[in-house]
Amino acid sequence: MGHRAAPVMSQISLNMPLRRIYSDAPGRTTGRTEGTPMKRYSAFAIAREAFRHHTGWTRAWRSPAPKSRYDVVIVGAGGHGLATAYWLGKNHGITNVAVLEKGWLGGGNTGRNTTIIRSNYLQDPSAALYEKSRSLFETMSQDLNYNVMFSPRGVLMLAQTEHEKRGYLRTAHANALQGIDTRFIGPKEVKEICPIMNTEGPRYPVLGGLWQKRAGTARHDAVAWGYARACSDMGMDIIEQCEVTGVTRDGGKVTGVDTTRGRIATDKMGIVVAGHSGRLAEMAGFRLPIESVPLQALVSEPIKPCMDIVVMANTVHGYLSQSDKGEMVIGGGTDAYNAYTQRGSFHHIEETVRSLIEIFPMISRLKMLRQWGGIVDMTGDRSPILSKTPVDGIFINCGWGTGGFKATPGSGFAFAELMATGKSPLTDAFSLDRFREGRFIDESVAAGVAH
Amino acid sequence: MLILHCPYCGVDADETELSPGGEAHLTRHGPGSDDTDFESYLFMRENPKGPQFERWRHAMGCGKWFHAARHTVTMQVFGTYPAQTQRPPQEILDRISAAQPGWRWRDLGDEGQRA
Repeated sequence: MGHRAAPVMSQISLNMPLRRIYSDAPGRTTGRTEGTPMKRYSAFAIAREAFRHHTGWTRAWRSPAPKSRYDVVIVGAGGHGLATAYWLGKNHGITNVAVLEKGWLGGGNTGRNTTIIRSNYLQDPSAALYEKSRSLFETMSQDLNYNVMFSPRGVLMLAQTEHEKRGYLRTAHANALQGIDTRFIGPKEVKEICPIMNTEGPRYPVLGGLWQKRAGTARHDAVAWGYARACSDMGMDIIEQCEVTGVTRDGGKVTGVDTTRGRIATDKMGIVVAGHSGRLAEMAGFRLPIESVPLQALVSEPIKPCMDIVVMANTVHGYLSQSDKGEMVIGGGTDAYNAYTQRGSFHHIEETVRSLIEIFPMISRLKMLRQWGGIVDMTGDRSPILSKTPVDGIFINCGWGTGGFKATPGSGFAFAELMATGKSPLTDAFSLDRFREGRFIDESVAAGVAH
Repeated sequence: MLILHCPYCGVDADETELSPGGEAHLTRHGPGSDDTDFESYLFMRENPKGPQFERWRHAMGCGKWFHAARHTVTMQVFGTYPAQTQRPPQEILDRISAAQPGWRWRDLGDEGQRA
């Protein structure tokens, strides 16, 4: 896979005929017709639009009516579903694809996470998948011609107990063997990297941390939008407001889906619906080792820049970073019981904020602006499932639990390979039958908590 | 905040007083069972978007395990009952059917019958 490393301006002059830039009439706001190339975004395009009152921008992706048949149907237009469709087209030449979404694009967990990207996992299969993903984030804006605001600002996972410290030392060694650039740093360096942190305790002393400098954040909505735009440009149909209500089968093989916008025939289907995986599996006639629980996050009022890294304090179940708008973004805990409320229990907010205030005393006077929840799909070993299923032609990508956003591009890359060829070295270990066979990829023990 | 009535000590307990124990009425398959049954017992879950039967422990109270029937979307609690049973009380099943006709749960019969 080639990465375009050239700066944006040179792409305009080299790759884009001028007639294409001016091909659409001003004021046109409907979707492009089939086959019309996507307009590239660039500094030049902004300047051009500025001269005509920004009337020439077109929709980033088409909004077509569903066709009666597709080669591949992806259920779920979140980041993972759209990334899967993108790589199906990009790497495997499969472009007769529909991505079905019951709500709006990227409106589920893609738009609800705390946008953390890292790959410092303990187990080899996880490290391979998440590192692939992290590396794809580095060039995503150029690859998609869409600014996903990837910010490799560094992620620090705090060690606040001796047990946790030993665990991270082990992970740092594992990462060294896996070729992932992490290291364990002491409390002095932690304080230098993040001066607003109280490392002295007494209740939550910082004994060090696992530092991954090339980890960071990205704009989660933009990841979904960028993929949607690229998929649409390849001729794929992204169909929002289209809920799957049933899966039709014939002799153990998928034949299509029933939706709120009619029946769509296909003989290859990818289920990429996170918290609702169990519902889709039920329609398709099999069960999953998944439980769906709400995970919460919240943001503060915006303040001046005070912290230019991401800190994860796993002992106290709190993550903290500062968004480009200045809000302190806080990730909290999951409810321990199943629910689909997209809300979560209030006491988790209290627990998270109470302990974060001890580690970051300066946030104690901040007002919290918003709180929300997303439904995360938890597996028994806290690792995802990218797998074939008991139904021929149906593939499932789920179980990302509390940490799926960071995997978006890599998950799509690997899952597309699995769907197109029936096999992928990145997904082999993540098959559905690992629970039966006892081949766990145990990241719950490795991380100690939600991750 | 979720409040459940402990059927043993009679306290209306706040969720912070309770400890959730996952899905109820699982059929236990021990050593010697076949792989499918063992996998089903350990990992496969109903995970319904709707009425669910679940185990709770009154951890900060009497310490006993009990069962609850709760809707996972509306959070409506249909009732709680002692854990020493294979099947939820009929009055709770009736209450669930009244709230959500056509609901399903594995092996429970009636409206609880899995297709």
